[in-house]
Amino acid sequence: MDGKNGLWVIVERSANGFRKVALELLSRGRDLAGRLGEVSGSRPGVWAVVTGPGSAPGTEELYRYGADEVLMVCHPLLEEHRTDLHAAVLADLIRERSPGIVLFGATAWGSEVAPTVAARVKTGLAAHCADLRIDGRGLLVQCVPAFGGKVLGEILCPDRRPQMASVRPGVFQAVPGDAPAGEPLVVRPELDDDDRIKVLEVQRREITGKPLEEAEVVIAGGWGVGSRENWQLLEELAGLLGAAVGCTRPALDEGWTEGEHTMIGTSGKTVRPKVYLGFGISGATHHVVGMKDSGLVISVNTNPNAEIFQFSDFKVVADARAVAEALIAELKAGKTS
Amino acid sequence: MSGLKIAVCIKPVPSPDQYHRVGIDPRTKTLVREGIPTVINPLDKNALEAALQIREKCGGTVAAISMAPPAAEENLREALAMGADEAYLLSDRAFAGSDTLATSMVLAAAVKKLGPVDLVLTGNESADGGTAQVSAQLGEWLGYPHLMHACGLEVMEDGFIRVDTAREDCRVAYRVKLPAVVSVVRTINKPRFTSLMGVIAAGKKPLSVWTSGDLPVDENFLGLEGSPTKAGDIYQPDLSRRCELLEGSAGEIAGAVLQKLRAAGLQL
Ligand SMILES: Cc1cc2nc3c(=O)[nH]c(=O)nc-3n(C[C@H](O)[C@H](O)[C@H](O)COP(=O)(O)OP(=O)(O)OC[C@H]3O[C@@H](n4cnc5c(N)ncnc54)[C@H](O)[C@@H]3O)c2cc1C
Repeated sequence: MDGKNGLWVIVERSANGFRKVALELLSRGRDLAGRLGEVSGSRPGVWAVVTGPGSAPGTEELYRYGADEVLMVCHPLLEEHRTDLHAAVLADLIRERSPGIVLFGATAWGSEVAPTVAARVKTGLAAHCADLRIDGRGLLVQCVPAFGGKVLGEILCPDRRPQMASVRPGVFQAVPGDAPAGEPLVVRPELDDDDRIKVLEVQRREITGKPLEEAEVVIAGGWGVGSRENWQLLEELAGLLGAAVGCTRPALDEGWTEGEHTMIGTSGKTVRPKVYLGFGISGATHHVVGMKDSGLVISVNTNPNAEIFQFSDFKVVADARAVAEALIAELKAGKTS
Repeated sequence: MSGLKIAVCIKPVPSPDQYHRVGIDPRTKTLVREGIPTVINPLDKNALEAALQIREKCGGTVAAISMAPPAAEENLREALAMGADEAYLLSDRAFAGSDTLATSMVLAAAVKKLGPVDLVLTGNESADGGTAQVSAQLGEWLGYPHLMHACGLEVMEDGFIRVDTAREDCRVAYRVKLPAVVSVVRTINKPRFTSLMGVIAAGKKPLSVWTSGDLPVDENFLGLEGSPTKAGDIYQPDLSRRCELLEGSAGEIAGAVLQKLRAAGLQL
């Protein structure tokens, strides 16, 4: 197999393996490939394409989540933050092996590599897809949000190849299968460097809070929470519920939260917890697109006509602080009785 | 380093605080955005601010460029009022329907026509389409090194800049050789307000309109025809839920909320 017409998922590596969005895309890719098989009579292979300085351990995971083949692209210069070089080798590989579809995770890394590759191979790229499917002609239908998610539009790339799309983490679900692990194919491309881009330093940031995308319960706070002191109550409540704390942009700007990675919405995280509990959030489209797929949604807002209530299963028209305090008291009483 | 020539790309967008008013006409299946004013894309103001700060430190000039319909002249005047020295409106029917590859091709053609530019700045993404693709693709068309997610920018020794970028779990600082394309995120600065003096001065600053014929465009990637992606149907997702009211004293409400959580399968 040379990967011609294949469905590629570009896999971003993380400190301890692969970014989860790659597994989400492989699972979706497996479904799309199946559907392409039905429509066109030939099912394309699903390829996980990993770029990096050396070969990566743990590739069983890639097979388990949907890859038929794993292509390991190694060069000592392919250090994580040299997105320019990752894009260069990927563009060369795509020209050489002609995949039909190429999917990227829209992380900081992927959202920089994907458009660079698309511009090099001169093909179309659909950003931040909310859905991907195959139409009756076997084309990839890419459903993209616009106006902060208020409307969705379908994008096709009918003539040029590959068809390329990026998808934010958390949009699709990673579903393990029972496919056996295979032997990754390793390629070592040629690559030159010059003095145009050089990494000077990398400052890792300690993140202490529970990761939003892994939590069963998300407590989200908006500008209506009112103060840092009140925010502490949300943190305390989250501790009692084993929840992660997320925020809207105004709450982030107030400096109440740990940082940018706690923001939910268009320019932040997409979450789909079992329960989303929102305090003092108005329900702007930019925020709602990041939480709309949550299981149960309960919102607390003093304004009986708050927009967020339309997107909620239950509404509480009350002061955020008062409700948070009452919940804390109730949970503590429950724990001691 | 003295005197950088900086180009800032500006996109006019429907005012992002009014996207709740955007909808779809159920009959014609087209976008309805009536009455929503057009403003400079918020992040492009951060890009312009970054350019103005560099000019204040090192000298040079700042040109604002926009590929947009003629009405965008107003937005470019605002960029001039903020402090840009000159503005270029790239406007032609032939540009209509451009996707990011086609848009970035036209912007690149304008940068080439401007002559030797040292630095091109853009917002990381637009508020309306939000693809975050144009800056990298512009860099590719120009053959310049390019970086996104810039939260810090500093002119270094001759011919280089330092770019600090924000990633999910780290900050990465790069040294980049000029000319380069950099797109900025909103934490980089707070854009200045326009002063009355600025508005008056803007009226006298040069604003040129360039059409397709004025630019070294690549005909194969021009407008709707030259765009690899084609837009299909648009629709509006229905996200409404049942919205049942929970009432009572704070304690009663808390009890009711916890009961719902348990019903949803949480072990409390
Ligand atoms: C390009 C762009 C991208 C954006 N991306 C995002 C994003 O990713 N995520 C995001 O969240 N936002 C984003 N925004 C901002 C977004 O448009 C809204 O401004 C934001 O979501 C509103 O946050 P909020 O609900 O906390 O604040 P507000 O809209 O100010 O609402 C505060 C709410 O609190 C209620 N309230 C007041 N006092 C109390 C009280 N004591 N108790 C209970 N309720 C109270 C009020 O009734 C009101 O409904 C973006 C904006 C732009 C332009």
